[in-house]
Amino acid sequence: MTTSPSTHRTGDAVWLGAGAVFCLAAILIGASVGPAGPDWWRVPLVLADHLPLIALDHGVTDQEWNIVWKIRMPRVVLGALVGGMLAMAGSAYQGVFRNPLVDPYLLGAAAGAGLGATAAITLGWGDAAAWPVNPIPASAFIASVGTVSLTYVLGGSFGGSRAGITLVLAGVAVVSFATAAQTFLMQRHLDVIREVFQWILGRLAGATWDDIRLIGPYVACSVVVLLLQRRHLDVFRVGDAEAESLGLSVTRIRLVIVLAATLGTAAVVSVSGLIGFVGLVVPHTVRLLAGAAYRRLIPLSLLVGAGFLVLADVPGRMLTSPAETPIGVVTAFLGAPFFLVLLRSRKMTA
Amino acid sequence: MNLRLEQVAVRYGRREVVSPCDLMVDEGEWLGVIGPNGAGKSSLLKAICGLVSCRGSVVAGDIDLLALSPRDRAKVVAVVPQAPIVPDDMTVVDYVLLGRTAYAGRFGLTSRRDRAVVSGVVDELDLGRFTGRRLGELSGGERQRVVLARALAQEAPILVLDEPTSALDIGHQQQALELVARLRGERRLTVLSAMHDLTLAGTYADRLALLDDGAVVAHGTPVEVLTAERVGAVFRVCVSVDVDPDDGAVIVVPRRGFPATDPSLAEA
Repeated sequence: MTTSPSTHRTGDAVWLGAGAVFCLAAILIGASVGPAGPDWWRVPLVLADHLPLIALDHGVTDQEWNIVWKIRMPRVVLGALVGGMLAMAGSAYQGVFRNPLVDPYLLGAAAGAGLGATAAITLGWGDAAAWPVNPIPASAFIASVGTVSLTYVLGGSFGGSRAGITLVLAGVAVVSFATAAQTFLMQRHLDVIREVFQWILGRLAGATWDDIRLIGPYVACSVVVLLLQRRHLDVFRVGDAEAESLGLSVTRIRLVIVLAATLGTAAVVSVSGLIGFVGLVVPHTVRLLAGAAYRRLIPLSLLVGAGFLVLADVPGRMLTSPAETPIGVVTAFLGAPFFLVLLRSRKMTA
Repeated sequence: MNLRLEQVAVRYGRREVVSPCDLMVDEGEWLGVIGPNGAGKSSLLKAICGLVSCRGSVVAGDIDLLALSPRDRAKVVAVVPQAPIVPDDMTVVDYVLLGRTAYAGRFGLTSRRDRAVVSGVVDELDLGRFTGRRLGELSGGERQRVVLARALAQEAPILVLDEPTSALDIGHQQQALELVARLRGERRLTVLSAMHDLTLAGTYADRLALLDDGAVVAHGTPVEVLTAERVGAVFRVCVSVDVDPDDGAVIVVPRRGFPATDPSLAEA
């Protein structure tokens, strides 16, 4: 069978359509279920009723609508932003470093955020009301971006060029240092250890529209830049030297991609805490299902990562309500077996 | 487009791997770069492609190649590397499309022109039945054609081949070189290739440049460059060199024994 570039485009569109349907379905499910609120089947109706030019008889009271709109929806939208961003950043990092074991925390985004949040908590900045912006996410964000910048500067100054392997090694050193500093702070302030762990394990509970307004611009910038760079990520697959001979300014494009992925990752982890697994395994799952082309992988990771985290959050709040299971635990419980089954089935058909 | 090298020299740290050399390749001409392992062939080709920094000047037509961005350079010089990285799970059509990187627009979309060029190259190299296949499923000879297709998709007037046939059997070597020869004629490509097989180099290249220890020690037609004495001295090998009386092809045949020019080897 022959395949022209245009049939590939059709394949891309089919996969993107499937990804969009999965993401929207996950958001609808996430918005429809919860321990309190209206019947699940009324939620799509009431959401549709709030769209322009549509009027539906949904039978949802104002109080129930408030539960959906002010409690569930911010959580669902935050879950989608976090999951989509982490998966997309993970794909981008795997691409520029040509390493499938890389996740978006490679260069210190998570370790920096953890250190920043721990510092804010131990300094007693936990009372958000006393500050113009919530100090824990703000310091997590600043420390996260600072840590990755430090990795980049060190990796560049030792390696001569900002080649993949030097950057990764610099990341290992900087991550170890930041983690040690965080452990030192925690050990000196045992009274706040519980609060620090709660942050580290990740949370979507208590999300507000303010959280989304806070991180939205960063995520939007990151997503737009990474989508525009998706074709360049395919060029990285043939190595730096060949990529350069094909016309790619390797050092500059790598910096742009790492900056964009880091900015988005730092923004989401500063609000959600360190949710693991999504950034590593969602890109691999998409790769197994839809192929390895980054042209397709980058947007699909965004959609599937968003849908995955929204769905993973549902049992977290249903099964053990009212006490919540940390979302990072649920993603690993749900995702790991699914990924192993997928890996096995692909191996058998290969 | 012709290619002119003036006083091009390459250093890795303190070690000079290519001494200042001058070379000229005319438009549509094929220059073979030969020499033993470590003579500096690959370094010289990398310098031309901007992949290692060098002194001197590399001018294509009236364009200073060393002053160009990678994007602009890729529109002038296309490279077939010695050991290309070929991702097993990439499809043939996606791989050939990489050759259009230098033409990608701001939004990274594949243009109608990109698709037309890729389709044209795929047809020209008879790869139509492979396009949807993954690279890992192809044989060595098929892969080599795909790498060549990627280079042709760059639509560059100068083609640089770094030992393009080193991993192929004799049949596939000949097929690949015949293909380059045909494309050179059809597209008036200027070809620069590093080659190990001296007979093949003499058969396909118009002129040869022989490198030894980073310096161009001989330069001219295959008959002028490939003499038994010179090949024996530079490669430290016993050879006989014959010229086919029918077509003038130079045939270099290794002979048993050590070259008399190196007493230490002869005694061993």
